[in-house]
Amino acid sequence: MSQSPGRKQENHKISRELFVLTYGALVAQLCKDYEKDEDVNACLDRMGYSIGIRLIDDFLARSAVKKCRSYSETADMIAQVAFKMYLGVTPSVSCSSATGNEFSLILDKNPLVDFVEELPAERSSLCYCNLLCGVIRGALEMVHLAAEVTFLQDRLKGDAVTEIGITFLRKPEDRKHRRN
Amino acid sequence: MAIFSVYVVNKAGGLIYQLDHYAPRADTEKTFSFPLDLVLRPHDERVVVAFGQRDGIRVGHAVLAINGTEVNGRFTADGKDVLEFLNNPANYPVSIRFGRHRLSSNEKLMLASMFHSLFAIGSQLSPEVGSSGIEMLETDTFKLHCFQTLTGIKFMVLADPRQTGIDALLRKIYEIYSDFALKNPFYSLEMPIRCELFDQNLKLALEVAEKAGPFGPGS
Repeated sequence: MSQSPGRKQENHKISRELFVLTYGALVAQLCKDYEKDEDVNACLDRMGYSIGIRLIDDFLARSAVKKCRSYSETADMIAQVAFKMYLGVTPSVSCSSATGNEFSLILDKNPLVDFVEELPAERSSLCYCNLLCGVIRGALEMVHLAAEVTFLQDRLKGDAVTEIGITFLRKPEDRKHRRN
Repeated sequence: MAIFSVYVVNKAGGLIYQLDHYAPRADTEKTFSFPLDLVLRPHDERVVVAFGQRDGIRVGHAVLAINGTEVNGRFTADGKDVLEFLNNPANYPVSIRFGRHRLSSNEKLMLASMFHSLFAIGSQLSPEVGSSGIEMLETDTFKLHCFQTLTGIKFMVLADPRQTGIDALLRKIYEIYSDFALKNPFYSLEMPIRCELFDQNLKLALEVAEKAGPFGPGS
């Protein structure tokens, strides 16, 4: 990150635990504010969206990647470059539909749930990491790719792995080159 | 000063940031006696030299100040019409400062939108699919470099034709934008950038790029 002018590049590494704790505090507060799980999920998604629309430019500026030519390239880019850059993990990508616009990212390690064992009984349909879905959705929208991003499986709810599903909403041949 | 200005244009074609970095150009101030041997005429909101180029005063230069006080468009500071003032022999000898008029912010907004449209036309005229759009516009006195991000923001830098390293500078400006404008929670996307940190870091980056000089970065 650029530092303020005149100073040498100092590498301030903020503790990962602080970040995970902050996220946890955020979700806990939302649970107190909203009764229904859907409301908490929607709120997390909105917050993630406003992060994603800003984060995309940071990602593009730092990684200097070229424009992706297909949905599968995009999904690979998200998993191998973006997740690695921001969360330090690399989910595996699989394409789950014949039409080629549905992908899954399978996370075996999710840093955000380091300290969470399982969801409380009354919050069984809470998507704890829904912020990530919002981030991905916001980021894709800024590069003119409409997508639906949801959690398909969640370790916190008892599934075997954590799986994020990305469904691109427009077919490749309908995409007009509006900018380029 | 080899980098003249920086423009940032949002997705819709609106100018959201502009910085002029060049040193003020030499204005020419001279004392004249009646009758004036230059021919002046009104043009837009200014009084410009139409004929009679001499001594550093060129055709197209505008009247910037009379007797030391700046003129306000076509009127002097106290409200008199400049041309009438200069036609009256009682006001002579008079000292007039001529110079190239700087663009007003409205003019800059208009020119940025026009460039945005030209850029779009350029991309569509391309015989190949997926063209990058206009990357450089070259004239004998400056080069305009343009970089459009995948999100649709355009960064334009006007620099001396011999200046190198502008590509790296454009990428650096993108980084500075993503850091100090986007990460500022109070900055709304697509709006004019009014972030002090962005200004400071941008000026620093421009200075670094200029010091690298026309022969490229590093030694």
